[in-house]
Amino acid sequence: MISIKQVTKSFGGHQVLTDVSLEVPKSSVIAVIGPSGAGKSTLIRTINALEPIDTGEITVDGISIHDKKTDINKARLNIGFVFQSFNLYPFLTALQNVTMAPMKVKKMSKEAAEKRGKELLTSLGLDDKFDAYPNRLSGGQQQRVAIARALAMDPQVMLFDEPTSALDPEMVTEVLDAIRKLAQDGMTMVVVTHEMGFAKEICDEIVFMADGKIVEQAPPSKFFTNPDSERAKNFLSKVLNH
Amino acid sequence: MGGYQYNWSIISDNIDVFIYGALKTLEISALALLFAIPIGIIVGMGRISRNKFIRLVASIYVEVMRGVPLLVLLIWIYFVLGQFIKLGAYWGSVLGLAVFTGAFIAEIVRAGIQGVATGQMEAARSAGMSHTQAMRHIILPQAFRRVLPPLASQFIMLIKDSSLISVISATELTLDAKNLVVNTFKPLEVWTFVAVVYFVMTFSLSLIIRYFEKRLLSREN
Repeated sequence: MISIKQVTKSFGGHQVLTDVSLEVPKSSVIAVIGPSGAGKSTLIRTINALEPIDTGEITVDGISIHDKKTDINKARLNIGFVFQSFNLYPFLTALQNVTMAPMKVKKMSKEAAEKRGKELLTSLGLDDKFDAYPNRLSGGQQQRVAIARALAMDPQVMLFDEPTSALDPEMVTEVLDAIRKLAQDGMTMVVVTHEMGFAKEICDEIVFMADGKIVEQAPPSKFFTNPDSERAKNFLSKVLNH
Repeated sequence: MGGYQYNWSIISDNIDVFIYGALKTLEISALALLFAIPIGIIVGMGRISRNKFIRLVASIYVEVMRGVPLLVLLIWIYFVLGQFIKLGAYWGSVLGLAVFTGAFIAEIVRAGIQGVATGQMEAARSAGMSHTQAMRHIILPQAFRRVLPPLASQFIMLIKDSSLISVISATELTLDAKNLVVNTFKPLEVWTFVAVVYFVMTFSLSLIIRYFEKRLLSREN
């Protein structure tokens, strides 16, 4: 579903992605983990072209994302993106946040968009928050609205860039539950995360990055018990033993 | 100086002149504003365009308009541009005030747009919106809320700036007051009352904008 081939990217002389290749089959869930500065966020942001790449190719459902001939706005309809800091539209209610793009981009009628929006918000446990503005919602609620907003476009792929990193600890579970449910429904997902327990439990593959490279890729059962690389062993000893 | 003899009845005797002048001032300011706002939005967005040439043109416009005294601008428009296009004092004044105020509004708009977090644009683009759609539906509504207070100041400045159009003989409060001074030799009463009338106009505008600002923001906070 997502195919990343030999992607390279640098920011002002600093190489942030070096020869990164990754295949994400349909309905699989991939966790991207690693120390900060490893290029995890940059990588996931290249998948929907929020970041340009220097060389290489990324295709999603067969469409080459960084090809100049590709209509990126159309390609992005297929790719939901959830940000670390939610990025909800603060001047719109939860429901309006969800219905905006379906109405403006997909030209859905207001009724249809609201019906779908309410379904999504309800399925994420926000049935009493339709008319709440973002600053009246907790972090966990805001992130669930952001997930509903992304799902409202009916994407085939969902990308999560550290979806729980900005949350208070007691709100992490509700957001992870929402992602878990999507995984059970067969959504293809890439999740940049620091939640090792979560990655272990629901992900099919763990991608470990360091210094702009994919150092190791393995199923969680192998990665968390017997990683090949020293970098991964080192990293796991730091994040698991505390 | 044998002491100035105040005669405030000059004001009440000529109140119709003040009212007429004030209405003209409001009319010309409102018309100028009507043109200045679109100029300001277009030039303000031009200042942050991805196109270098558009950025340059917008910057030159803003810097020239901010650098030239309004008085000189009005004289140019009336006497120089007036040789080619028959604008007259009225429309010449509206044009001068509009292009002048437009440059200041442009800077307010630019700052307003740049003040909206980049994550907002990213969220909108991620959902498949084009740059233009994201600007229109997500960025500008937020920028608008941020710029209301500085815009209010600019609108008030416009009303006061409009007093300068008396130099090209456009009829409004200041010109009417000048004529009244010539006829009555009572400058202190007339000009003091002129100040009062300007204050009433600007303060009322201030209150109206504050009301809208409150109404707009109350729901979201």
